[in-house]
Amino acid sequence: MYTVTKIEELSPGVKAFVIKAPLIAHKCQPGQFVILRIDEDGERIPLTIADFNREAGTINLIFQEVGRTSRQLGTLCTGETILDVAGPLGQATHIKQFGTVVCIGGGIGVAPVYPIARAYKEAGNKVISIIGARNADLLILEKEMAAVSDTLYITTDDGSKGCKGLVINPLQELIADREKIALVMAIGPVIMMRGVADVTRPYGIPTIVSLNPIMVDGTGMCGGCRVSVANQNKFACVDGPEFNAHEVDFDGLMTRQRIYREHEKMEHRFEGGCSCHR
Amino acid sequence: MSSLKNKMPEQSPQVRRHNFDEVALGYGADIAKLEAARCLQCKTAPCRKGCPVEVDIPRFIKEIKGGHFDAAIETIKKKNNLPAVCGRVCPQEDQCEKFCVLGKKGEPVGIGRLERFAADYALQQNHEEQNLKATEQLGNVAVIGAGPASLTAAGDLAGMGYKVTVFEALHAPGGVLMYGIPEFRLPKDIVRKEIAALKDLGVEMVVNAVIGKIFTIDELLADKGYDAVFIGTGAGLPHFMEIPGENFNGVYSANEFLTRVNLMKAYKFPQTGTPVQVGKAVAVIGGGNVAMDSARTALRLGAEKVYIVYRRSEEELPARAEELEHAIEEGVDFCLLTAPVRVCGDEHGWVTAIECIKMELGEPDASGRRAPIPIPDSNYNLEVDTVVMAIGQGPNPLVQGTTPGLHVNKRGNIAADDHGMTSKEGVFAGGDIVTGAATVILAMGAGKKAAAKIHEYVQNKRA
Repeated sequence: MYTVTKIEELSPGVKAFVIKAPLIAHKCQPGQFVILRIDEDGERIPLTIADFNREAGTINLIFQEVGRTSRQLGTLCTGETILDVAGPLGQATHIKQFGTVVCIGGGIGVAPVYPIARAYKEAGNKVISIIGARNADLLILEKEMAAVSDTLYITTDDGSKGCKGLVINPLQELIADREKIALVMAIGPVIMMRGVADVTRPYGIPTIVSLNPIMVDGTGMCGGCRVSVANQNKFACVDGPEFNAHEVDFDGLMTRQRIYREHEKMEHRFEGGCSCHR
Repeated sequence: MSSLKNKMPEQSPQVRRHNFDEVALGYGADIAKLEAARCLQCKTAPCRKGCPVEVDIPRFIKEIKGGHFDAAIETIKKKNNLPAVCGRVCPQEDQCEKFCVLGKKGEPVGIGRLERFAADYALQQNHEEQNLKATEQLGNVAVIGAGPASLTAAGDLAGMGYKVTVFEALHAPGGVLMYGIPEFRLPKDIVRKEIAALKDLGVEMVVNAVIGKIFTIDELLADKGYDAVFIGTGAGLPHFMEIPGENFNGVYSANEFLTRVNLMKAYKFPQTGTPVQVGKAVAVIGGGNVAMDSARTALRLGAEKVYIVYRRSEEELPARAEELEHAIEEGVDFCLLTAPVRVCGDEHGWVTAIECIKMELGEPDASGRRAPIPIPDSNYNLEVDTVVMAIGQGPNPLVQGTTPGLHVNKRGNIAADDHGMTSKEGVFAGGDIVTGAATVILAMGAGKKAAAKIHEYVQNKRA
């Protein structure tokens, strides 16, 4: 059992949980994820570790209440428990001094970018960050990202905060301004990561994305998270979750993320309300 | 005396293809005694040489015949910590029963059925916790993975007086017994009870513990105070065919398909949270027990047509005779001498068919079986909307990749001798992680031998 020790609502429908998990907190590195299962009938879902505190023995998970499990997770209160949390899973981000690194986070993707940006910064890189959301209300971790970035760009689809437009706009401007970019790290919706890959590809700028396909076990056992990278199947759970953005088959990834679309509609009808106030 | 085994009651095929309840219902006490009476009690006990864990078979059968069911199970448990599991899933026809003298002129004694009877009898008795916990601590052993090899090693070591901790990556111990073998063949309640019996012996089970990530083997030995480590992480890496279209929606590895249904209880969706996508027509690629399990699971999930697609002929099918028979009775179709060359999909990325090619058998290959050879221009499309790849599994690399000094072979299996000794001091391994995918009982045999060797190693080290 893993106790939720703190809950914060970062934006409507986006929550940050601090969870007591000393063994995971002791070992985890930026870029890794956990698989959790709320209760006996629950499904196993992967969530990237958004932050960790080794002394306190806690990890932070940030999630958007969009699916059945994430909505159920959102009903938990401080002091309540999650039945299973397994991790840290996946390969850690390769951190070293590259020079100038551009860290891009879109929507909920800002959460996993944050510890990575911080680690790049601590390794002596110049960190330029670009974070975006649909609107100002949905933007998360602005202060945190500002604290670990030399420069922070903000974009929103509707212009309610920062520049109106997409996260790739400031990236294109940086490239046009001949900023010497050693590496781009982008995490967010698949369509955003594909957009970033398309921008950097012609310039040969090394670009890493972190993928979040459907998983069951998270240890390489089921193969459900397979994704074509450089025309070879890779398992995101053990080979990834980070891959060379220029080699990822994003279209295939998007198709596979839709497998259970019809099941999700069934679930919606089945779901009850919030468990803690029942 | 009958030359045939006493029949074990079963659910009828028409009924059982629509439910996940156990197919075979087990002997009652009277039939069990009758079957036990068929045993000739050979002095040489040829049956025992077929048992990888060396159960005293004539002795336990004699106890059943005399109605001493408690004594029967005690006899079995001296050698076998998972009798209710083995009584169900061991390929007895290739092991103990193969050597039974009665088998020469008729059917052998139903040793597996009797083992199952004795084990189920014991599970129903609600035994008080047997206080076999060792008074003297012989040492600490960490066991990685909680499948058949690991559970056997853990049980034997705990019985000897070791403090044993089992680290399991998933949320439930049992390994393939929980995620792979379906409920209708091995009820999960039985597995849980057998595991509970190990806990009674003092074995500690730590779930959600992915070794290689949360602790390395070196950390367990150096920092955590374990005298030895046993690795029984199994064959957990699914193989795909590497043919075009394998990533279309509706293509599963058997591991994923069975894990969703067995471990995650997708057959109860949406009461449970994990869905599984099964269409009207399902093709299962492969001919082993895992393929039969997948096909029969697909039927129970409501598929109208289920095909087994296998590239050799019926004679070479690696599945157990009983599994094959059950699959045929339940209405699984067999496309033999057939191999898929491509998975076809629609514009939305969903499977619509598999393109197959007919095969014929040529000369024997390295495996000793006649090699399948494609017949040119024999391609045709088999229309299906779900495909399950059940063509085998490789070793899961998580532990090997994080353990310097642990040698692996070309296939990534851990190199270990017959007693489970690896290239690394204090590290032992057994089961599918060493041999490649095999049977539950062979893994248990390996766990047993390794436990004996670990005992020897730890006592020498401490002496």
